[in-house]
Amino acid sequence: MIEVRDLHVRRGDKTIIDGCSFAVHSSGVLVILGANGVGKTTLLNTMIGVLKPSRGHMEIGGKIGFVPQLFEVAFSYSVMDIALMGRVRHIGLFGSPGTRDFAVVRRFLALLGIEDLENRVFNELSGGQRQMVMIAQALSSECDILILDEPCAALDYRNQKVVIDVLRSLSRDHGITIVFTTHVPQHAVEIASHVLLMNSTVSYLSGTAETVLSESNLSALYKVPIGRAQFAGSDKFTYAPLFHHGEVRHEP
Amino acid sequence: MSDTTKKAPLARRALFPLLLGLLLITILYSVTIGRYDLQVRDVALILWDNISPSQAPSWTKLEETVVELVRLPRVLAAVLIGFGLAVSGGALQGLFRNPLVDPGIIGVTAGAGFGGTLAILLGIHGYMLLAIAFCFGIGSVVLVKFLASVRGRTSILTLVLAGVVISAFFSAAISIAKLLADPFQKLPAITYWLMGSIASTHYGDVLLLAIAVIPATILIFLLRFQINILSLGEEKARALGTPVVLVQWLILIATAMISAGIVAISGIIGWVGLVMPHVARAFVGADHSRMLPVAGIIGAIYLLLVDNLARTVTTAEIPLGIITALIGVPVFAIILRRMHSKGGWSND
Repeated sequence: MIEVRDLHVRRGDKTIIDGCSFAVHSSGVLVILGANGVGKTTLLNTMIGVLKPSRGHMEIGGKIGFVPQLFEVAFSYSVMDIALMGRVRHIGLFGSPGTRDFAVVRRFLALLGIEDLENRVFNELSGGQRQMVMIAQALSSECDILILDEPCAALDYRNQKVVIDVLRSLSRDHGITIVFTTHVPQHAVEIASHVLLMNSTVSYLSGTAETVLSESNLSALYKVPIGRAQFAGSDKFTYAPLFHHGEVRHEP
Repeated sequence: MSDTTKKAPLARRALFPLLLGLLLITILYSVTIGRYDLQVRDVALILWDNISPSQAPSWTKLEETVVELVRLPRVLAAVLIGFGLAVSGGALQGLFRNPLVDPGIIGVTAGAGFGGTLAILLGIHGYMLLAIAFCFGIGSVVLVKFLASVRGRTSILTLVLAGVVISAFFSAAISIAKLLADPFQKLPAITYWLMGSIASTHYGDVLLLAIAVIPATILIFLLRFQINILSLGEEKARALGTPVVLVQWLILIATAMISAGIVAISGIIGWVGLVMPHVARAFVGADHSRMLPVAGIIGAIYLLLVDNLARTVTTAEIPLGIITALIGVPVFAIILRRMHSKGGWSND
């Protein structure tokens, strides 16, 4: 369970987050939508404790695992080396991973279907595979809450589906609370139980996915007209931007 | 680690004992080198005599003196210096998550170099020289860390830049000291000391080196897993739950101890700390729990060979720093080009 009320975060003299409130129940999925530079990453960093709020109430019921945005590492670590780093809270300052740590990591690699990658070099993997390794790293901390910073950015459609399916399964089958940021409203449509819209540094809208996700709310958020589109022959739908260019496309 | 070793190929498991054996042979061989001719077998017997005294020694008293009092201290110093430089270089590369970092980068080498120069200029020798070099080395690291910290946080980029600034400052200070030095006695002494030599090492020097190198390398080895995590970057390490500032300080102090101790005994010996961790990574991968010990042993063997070269190529000894630079620079260039062709490394 996560409950945040009237959160304020400053960085130096600048207020990044000014009065943000939202909540999500245990094993729920909170999706955070917002334009670039509106403070999504700052909010996540505050939730994971890297930044301190200047005021407000923040209640986080459980241990957090964090998955940062996709990145490369400076050295050629193996997948096992990277995933083991998630165990740091269970290993003392002067310790190193033991048999139990390897077992925990292998369990999560298998859960995510990437046990074959164990001895591969992390930097040589595809973006989708690296994202799964980072999720395995976060899960290896044996967390109750998984927070991900744009887990689907820079991934193709198939890998987006793989990541979204994994997040859904973690919440539904393993009772893990999921919080992630994205620029694709469809991800929220697919798996969100709760949604937080960050319109600006002072204007936020949060609630259950059904109440918050609407054409007018998303249009206000992205400052372009957003329409709801039904997929033919299915009860599924999505939200997509309606771009008006004022002229017709050039025909060949 | 038992779990990984089970799966590791035989070559990787055999590597560590193999390297230890190679180090031992290199030590014995290095003791035989010099104007007084000795055989590896004699050296081994003379040294073994200390553990289990022989009733009928097959060697002369002179041979024993050459081995134990003249050559062994120098060889032990080379081992400690190579080991310390490689381990501290490896730890700093992890801390700065940049494979091109060297103990020189955090200012400690130049700081300790100035301390020693100042001591020679003031006519101070022996342990006081060592102590002054040591203090300036540690002091320069504290200064670098202080310059680089803004509101209690240290960014790696500012730390490296502060290291460059402090190094430049102490290099200039060394030049001033050289200008002021008596050109017939003190200037040559300063110049040769800075170029690095362990020609006249005695057991007192070895003891001081051991005090600087051994506890600090143990501390670095204990932090091996934390160095892995810090090499992902400060923000990510903090998010994973590592006490980032504490680990950074411990590693900086440990590497400063090693570098200052080494500079105090042998002057500035560059490039060993930069190159050896790369060689180790090629053998055992990036994980610091495997990389650091291997880098240390390879560094020790390497410096022994360099020192053997230094005292055999010409009648006058070549300063170690010159040889390590002559070998290190082309190797560095190759590493740089290979990394460039791979797309470089992230240093955001």
